[in-house]
Amino acid sequence: MGAGRLYAAVAAGGFRRYATYRAATAAGVFTNTVFGLILVYTYRALWDEKPHLGGWDQAQVVTYVWLGQAFLSTLAIGGGGVEGELMERIRTGDVAIDLYRPADLQMWWLATDLGRASFQLLGRGVVPFLFGALCFPVYLPTDPGTWVAFSVAVLLAMVVGFGIRFLLALSAFWLLDGQGVMQISWIAGYFCSGMLLPLNVFPGALGEVVRVLPWSALLQAPADILLGNADPLGTYAFQGAWAVVLLGAGRLMQSAGTRRLVIQGG
Amino acid sequence: MIAGMWIRSTMAYRASFLMTAFGSFAATFLDFVAIMLMFSRVDALGGWPLPEVAFLYGLSGTAFGLADLVIGSTERLGRRVRDGTLDTLLVRPAPVLAQVAADRFALRRLGRVTQAGLVTAWAVVRLDIDWTPLKLLLLPVTVVSGCGIFCSVFVAGAAFQFLAQDASEVQNAFTYGGTTLLQYPPTVFAKELVRGVTFVLPLAFVNWLPAAFVLGRPYPLGLPEWVAFTPPLVAVGCCALAGLAWRAGLRSYRSTGS
Repeated sequence: MGAGRLYAAVAAGGFRRYATYRAATAAGVFTNTVFGLILVYTYRALWDEKPHLGGWDQAQVVTYVWLGQAFLSTLAIGGGGVEGELMERIRTGDVAIDLYRPADLQMWWLATDLGRASFQLLGRGVVPFLFGALCFPVYLPTDPGTWVAFSVAVLLAMVVGFGIRFLLALSAFWLLDGQGVMQISWIAGYFCSGMLLPLNVFPGALGEVVRVLPWSALLQAPADILLGNADPLGTYAFQGAWAVVLLGAGRLMQSAGTRRLVIQGG
Repeated sequence: MIAGMWIRSTMAYRASFLMTAFGSFAATFLDFVAIMLMFSRVDALGGWPLPEVAFLYGLSGTAFGLADLVIGSTERLGRRVRDGTLDTLLVRPAPVLAQVAADRFALRRLGRVTQAGLVTAWAVVRLDIDWTPLKLLLLPVTVVSGCGIFCSVFVAGAAFQFLAQDASEVQNAFTYGGTTLLQYPPTVFAKELVRGVTFVLPLAFVNWLPAAFVLGRPYPLGLPEWVAFTPPLVAVGCCALAGLAWRAGLRSYRSTGS
């Protein structure tokens, strides 16, 4: 079996696995919708006080809120991707089985995570987004080219998101208990990706700093393309550069970690 | 005792405990940072200035943080129902609800209470409140009643998990969603939403109504002034209903049989 087909099968497995949790998906849709509602009202109050804050009008802000809710579990910004399972496998030593497979560890987990992310986008993202679009005035571009450009940015965001979480999961080779690391990374993810507040609302230098960090490739970059604030090619270059850096660092850490791995015999 | 056991077990990894406690503090603090960033661009939100919003935030956060500390572990109940490990709790000679609450008791949740307490203190110092004994007394009563209301939401959510099993996230919409909602002034939200969280799920009694009295603000929905003093009654009512829901849920529990 060719490598491409192997990873496609792994990704399909990841998709199917998450698709089996129907009640959990419905619960997630409900929760994302409730949080979206709360955010829409608070952001609209903010934009009432200051129209055109960050260069957006009310409709663009509302679209941004529902994009955020759609991406929260897709990109596992608040956790919940494959990294938890990978960490657990490193802690228990099961990762040795993964290393024994005729597949690359990083590519294997990337494929699983892409499958998971695709399901979450369809299963948990689309319904809250449609709800938002039906209940509030939203900004939706009519030209299909923008939507295509947006989809590419979403795919790149999935890769960058995995790159960050893979690095963190590998820290379990050294720390064993990765709870603290994960928690701090989720906090950074929430804050720096624009889930708490769109990055173009951040004041001054803080805004410029969060803009160059990898998390801004997750939510803000695709949103900027959809809302017509950014040039797709420049955005792809930014996202792609972070993807290469993060996956490269993950590869280095993977080889350092596996050299360190001692399997306990049973 | 079970809680004590979990505290000892978390203390075994002291560095990790400190990191997660700090993380819990920082995670909730960032909520407030987001509000402060908003106020770096505007002077008021829904007509309320920053210290008043901070007051709402502090009261809601403290009440929710205490409830989360006491009974927040109930969100793990769905997993226990799914894998059948709830059976171990049923055969022990202690109330099941107390055991579920103490299950994986997480002292790190003190981080949230500390943070919300600090924000409340800051807000009280910054606000120019004309303190009367009545207002002073209302503050602790509000926090305790708010904690009771959130506890009943947690318990009702846990009871729902007997039916829904892996839908524990629905609970987050009401617990975390509720506290997030209450951090902002009621004037921000649509009338129907405010009505819903006043008369259906009485979250407005956690902080909006008592705070309106303390700050001398107009009441949401034009409610009479005495409702600011009803949170204890509302909390008792909620707890009674949640208790009934819990008993109904527990009775409907069927083990996995494995």
